[in-house]
Amino acid sequence: MTSRLQRRLGRSIALHLFLTPLALIWLFPLWMMVVFSTMPDNGIFSPGIELLPHDGFIDNFNNLQRDTNFVGAILISVSVAVTYTILSVLLTSMAGWALARYEFHGKGAVVAIIFGTITLPYAVVLIPQFIMVARDFALANTWIALIVPPLFNSLGVLFMRQAFSMMPAELFDAARVEGVKEWRIFLFVALPLARPMLAALAIILFLASWNNYLWPLLINSQPGAMTAPVALGTLIGLTKVSWGGIMAGAVMLTVPMLIVFVLLQRHFIAGIAAGAVK
Amino acid sequence: MRTQNATAYRFLTPYLLIFAIFWIWPIISSFLISFQATRTVPWRFAPTFNWGRLIGDPAFYNALKNTLLILVIQVPVMISLAIVMAVLLNSPLLKARGLYRFAFFAPVVVGEVAYSAVFRLMFSLDFGIINKLLNSVGLTKIDWFSNVTPAMALIMIAVTWRWAGYNAIIILAGLQSIPEDVYEAATLDRVSRVKQFFYITLPLLKPVIVFCAVLSIIGTMQLFTEPFLITERGGPGGGTETLGLLLYRQGFRSLNFGYASAVAYTMAGLAIAITLVQLWLTREPK
Repeated sequence: MTSRLQRRLGRSIALHLFLTPLALIWLFPLWMMVVFSTMPDNGIFSPGIELLPHDGFIDNFNNLQRDTNFVGAILISVSVAVTYTILSVLLTSMAGWALARYEFHGKGAVVAIIFGTITLPYAVVLIPQFIMVARDFALANTWIALIVPPLFNSLGVLFMRQAFSMMPAELFDAARVEGVKEWRIFLFVALPLARPMLAALAIILFLASWNNYLWPLLINSQPGAMTAPVALGTLIGLTKVSWGGIMAGAVMLTVPMLIVFVLLQRHFIAGIAAGAVK
Repeated sequence: MRTQNATAYRFLTPYLLIFAIFWIWPIISSFLISFQATRTVPWRFAPTFNWGRLIGDPAFYNALKNTLLILVIQVPVMISLAIVMAVLLNSPLLKARGLYRFAFFAPVVVGEVAYSAVFRLMFSLDFGIINKLLNSVGLTKIDWFSNVTPAMALIMIAVTWRWAGYNAIIILAGLQSIPEDVYEAATLDRVSRVKQFFYITLPLLKPVIVFCAVLSIIGTMQLFTEPFLITERGGPGGGTETLGLLLYRQGFRSLNFGYASAVAYTMAGLAIAITLVQLWLTREPK
């Protein structure tokens, strides 16, 4: 018996001895992001090794704000991400509801087209989207350009279709017998029941919009219309720029999301793991 | 369920409109544009103009080679690491599980720009913390940005850091769906832990691992931000230029939409091939 316990203890120690350094390596870039954001530029570019935070975050933030209007860009990013998330959750859950609960002509074709094109790289639609939005609709550097084209994302449709089709039909049939209209059943019966799934979807969509870089970089390149990642990206690679400031910006983009992640970990993980549910 | 065309389409139409305008039509349009000479006004139909140029373009082959090289090395390394993370995080012996989960999963929420900036600073030649640490343990510092091999390694390190935890989340969900009694039976039969992993866990995880691999391959194939921001526009001298970066330069710097569309469709062709291989790998045994 002792030997079994000893082996168990040995395995446990080996496990922690392996996983702890790996976890520290994984946390290191995030830790250094915070450390850099609190160091003056001449501290970042000095020969010494500094691994602990200083007290220069406010100075760095002021430097960042001098290099680019970061606060303005953050406001754009927040508004766009919130609007995008609401619209996308609404559109994709309506579509998911239709695909899960009704029989209609063309249903097979719609499902086939969504599934058939889901693994196509986003790069394929980039050029036509840009030509359409910037030239044909003349909407470059507007909020519409940031919010509307990314709404095509079909993962949410499949996710919500899955969620609604797992609900027992009797729930809705009972309401129908009472003569409740279909849109009321959707809004007041189905959506409240799908709350955990809606939360997971909303978090994933918000994060995607908050971190989106390539499309906003292409379509909203005017200084006053940039999102926060794009504004920060323009500073990387400039010669006369405050790196402490860039790191302060990186912290402002990252830390709120880390807090949300810690608080809503369950929904986050459900949303990501659901990508695997096909 | 009875047929309810009108009701169904009232729910479906708003999404379908967006889907058609910003996804389906661009897929078709991009294909058509790749057969047009787009640097003259009006554009004219010239089937071999872009594709002919693509076949003879050293810049295309360079980007293709770099992209495939990253795919072939980075994706297997990252998926293996993700499997290790998931299996160890799932171990009942692990204490303070939440802290370890946070460490590996946190990069999932970090934006491409933020982490590219950090990696660029951490790996800089003279004042980067990585070279300082290498120096302090007696190793020579590495010039990550002026030589192709370290620059490629840096891109792969960065992408692996960002995405390993993401894949581990998916694999962990797969692990947790394997019933406990499979392992209990194996333990009773005195099958060692290592053998259990290779003969029970891995085969049962195969569909999930293949799914992760396909997702990662398609993601890495479009790699753009890391070589754009970390190694400064695919430097040194195009050494880390990817297909995504070539598409960006051709489409949005040179405004050569036809040629960029041909590059995009090359990526799509590769993605379709990879998807077909996935379907074949995870097919139901007859």
